[in-house]
Amino acid sequence: MKENVAMEKEEKKIYSPSEEKFIRHFSDNFDEISRHDFPEAKRMRQQAMETFRQSGFPDKTFERWRNTDPKGIFPKNMEIFDAEVPYEKKLSEIFVCEVHDFESRIISVLNGSYYQAGEEKITIDKNGVIVGSLAKAMQKYPQLVKKHLGRIMPQQDGFKNINTALAVDGVFIYVPDNIKVENTFQIINILNKPNLAVNIRNLVILGKNSHLQLLHCDDSVNRHGGLINKVNEVFLDENAELELYKLQNLNDKTTLLNQTAIDQSANSRLKINAFSLNGGMIRNEIFDLMNGENAWSDIHGLYLMDQKQHIDNQVNVFHNKPGCTSNQLFKGILDNEASGVFNGYIYVKRYAQQTNAFQKNSNILLTKTARIDTMPHLEIYADDVKCSHGASVGQLDEEAMFYLMQRGIPFTDARMLIMYAFTDVIIKEISIEPLRISIEDMVKRRLRGDLSICDRCVLHCSHPDQPVIFDIDMNKI
Amino acid sequence: MLLNIKNLHVSIDGKEIIKGLNFSVNQGEVHAIMGPNGTGKSTLAAAITGREGYEITQGEIIYKGQVINNWSPDKRANEGVFLSFQYPIEIPGVSMTNFMRTAINAKREYLGKTPISAKEFLKKMEANKKLVQIQSKLTNRSVNEGFSGGEKKKNEIFQMAMLEPKLAILDETDSGLDIDALRIVANGVNQLKSEENAFVVITHYQRLLDYIVPDFVHVMYDGRIVKSGGKKLALELEEKGYEWIKEQFEA
Repeated sequence: MKENVAMEKEEKKIYSPSEEKFIRHFSDNFDEISRHDFPEAKRMRQQAMETFRQSGFPDKTFERWRNTDPKGIFPKNMEIFDAEVPYEKKLSEIFVCEVHDFESRIISVLNGSYYQAGEEKITIDKNGVIVGSLAKAMQKYPQLVKKHLGRIMPQQDGFKNINTALAVDGVFIYVPDNIKVENTFQIINILNKPNLAVNIRNLVILGKNSHLQLLHCDDSVNRHGGLINKVNEVFLDENAELELYKLQNLNDKTTLLNQTAIDQSANSRLKINAFSLNGGMIRNEIFDLMNGENAWSDIHGLYLMDQKQHIDNQVNVFHNKPGCTSNQLFKGILDNEASGVFNGYIYVKRYAQQTNAFQKNSNILLTKTARIDTMPHLEIYADDVKCSHGASVGQLDEEAMFYLMQRGIPFTDARMLIMYAFTDVIIKEISIEPLRISIEDMVKRRLRGDLSICDRCVLHCSHPDQPVIFDIDMNKI
Repeated sequence: MLLNIKNLHVSIDGKEIIKGLNFSVNQGEVHAIMGPNGTGKSTLAAAITGREGYEITQGEIIYKGQVINNWSPDKRANEGVFLSFQYPIEIPGVSMTNFMRTAINAKREYLGKTPISAKEFLKKMEANKKLVQIQSKLTNRSVNEGFSGGEKKKNEIFQMAMLEPKLAILDETDSGLDIDALRIVANGVNQLKSEENAFVVITHYQRLLDYIVPDFVHVMYDGRIVKSGGKKLALELEEKGYEWIKEQFEA
């Protein structure tokens, strides 16, 4: 009886034009899409598409999409793009990212594909560090990829299934045991053609006692609309440490779905700082799986949205083992008609004793039309747990405004100073000094309304003066 | 005359707090305003400094010959009006150095001057820190964050010294101070006192007036100044309390 109902429902499933487009793209191009796959990966795609055929994309009736309507995120005349982008020297200039005193190893992703001259598409360093295209890694290091790909994302939905079914490429990083990578790796992801929908899959594996600083930039270099559907899988083996900085500066027509799962082994440390400065719609989903004892994570974020932009942060921390600590801290300023969502989930398993789990979300709404939906979700089954959560939504502090103005500081500067002060706690967590100075400068310019889309990676376009004694120069802010 | 307040009426949320107050201050003078709680002393300070929500329904505040009723708080500040807050605000994330430099440069810009040089600024900071005996490095400290009650009040006087106001209003600067901090604060004020500026000291107690000696003492009651006199009036109030004023006034 039950089966019949399910069958009936399945038959009745009416696809939206975009769902249909993805399904058709899959069946028309399957051989092409799966050309790099080992057999397991191929099966994974087929299964994901099968699930997608049943569920389609989520809509507002889904609990996790209640305050973010995915309906409008597909670009008009959408082109599902998964072709390899041929390397041209001239084009690669958009990936030049010069920041004073900041040396990074740049990893370019253009229109969803790993962008590098052919023979350099995957490289292995002397110390065993592998950096390259995921498609290439599947061929060259199939065992390593097989062991990790598609293993940890704890929650599936239409977007993640579409990613699994259709993503052809992305970034692969492998750091062997005991290797502390010295320079920062910087992934720059850019779309440069109109109306693209791209699926990107990134896989980052850190061996025991290893250390990596990774900066992940999503930039727009023009005003074209687009959809970036990204799934990141990150593995931190015992005692590994990852500092992950996300810098999102996209145009108002671009949607970014950034879905990250992290598997933390014992004593591993994770630090995420996500800066969402611009973007039509940005949704960051983070699934932090604490699968080893005494793991630590700081998951912090700052979002500054205006106009009709929308930001959605979904942070999920799973305390599956005892003695782990997690800190979620997200702060945001919303102007005009911008809207935001923060859902912070903390799950503590029955045997995960001595858990410390904290969560905080603070917001400033600058207008009556700006909006934030913030909600903590806590499920705790252990009894020896320290856990706290808090959310605040407010306007600019009037008392502080008066205090500053009484000292002669004009309204607009006082307002800026208070907004900047609000963001400071997140910015000062950036341990890479020149990067901190640059991001600080970008945040100030963003608050002033000066920061917009530049023709390169946004960090390149920021020019912080060299502050020597004073941390804020009001002539600039 | 530096400040001349005529028939001032001030309401908060439609409730009248100040009910026809007259008060004037000349350069070089120190005035003390005393009186029981809830008589409108802090409201007067807020009205003079232009705080939002304090509505002047009648009367005029004339400062340096101009009616300033509609001036913004920052304009008043840049023209030389300073308020030492009863409850200084903590502003995490804004360093003291930054805050002071921003304030000084705002004033300089207002006066059509170029920004202060880093060297000159630091010199000034060091000199004024000494004045109120602030030992800590202010560079790395956020405005009032983690300051003790005494430090916060010293910090107010420090800011006053940095900004060199013409008219300084000290709103219960003595509350919450131990005797040593009180001396330091008073000493700071006395050193800043000149023929060019004036002080209005709002206080409950005569104690502060042992150190900052007023030229005039005024008693506020029910939104008005009901009694004015010399410094002896403060002693009289200390001795007799405010009851006799109330009785006299209500009779």
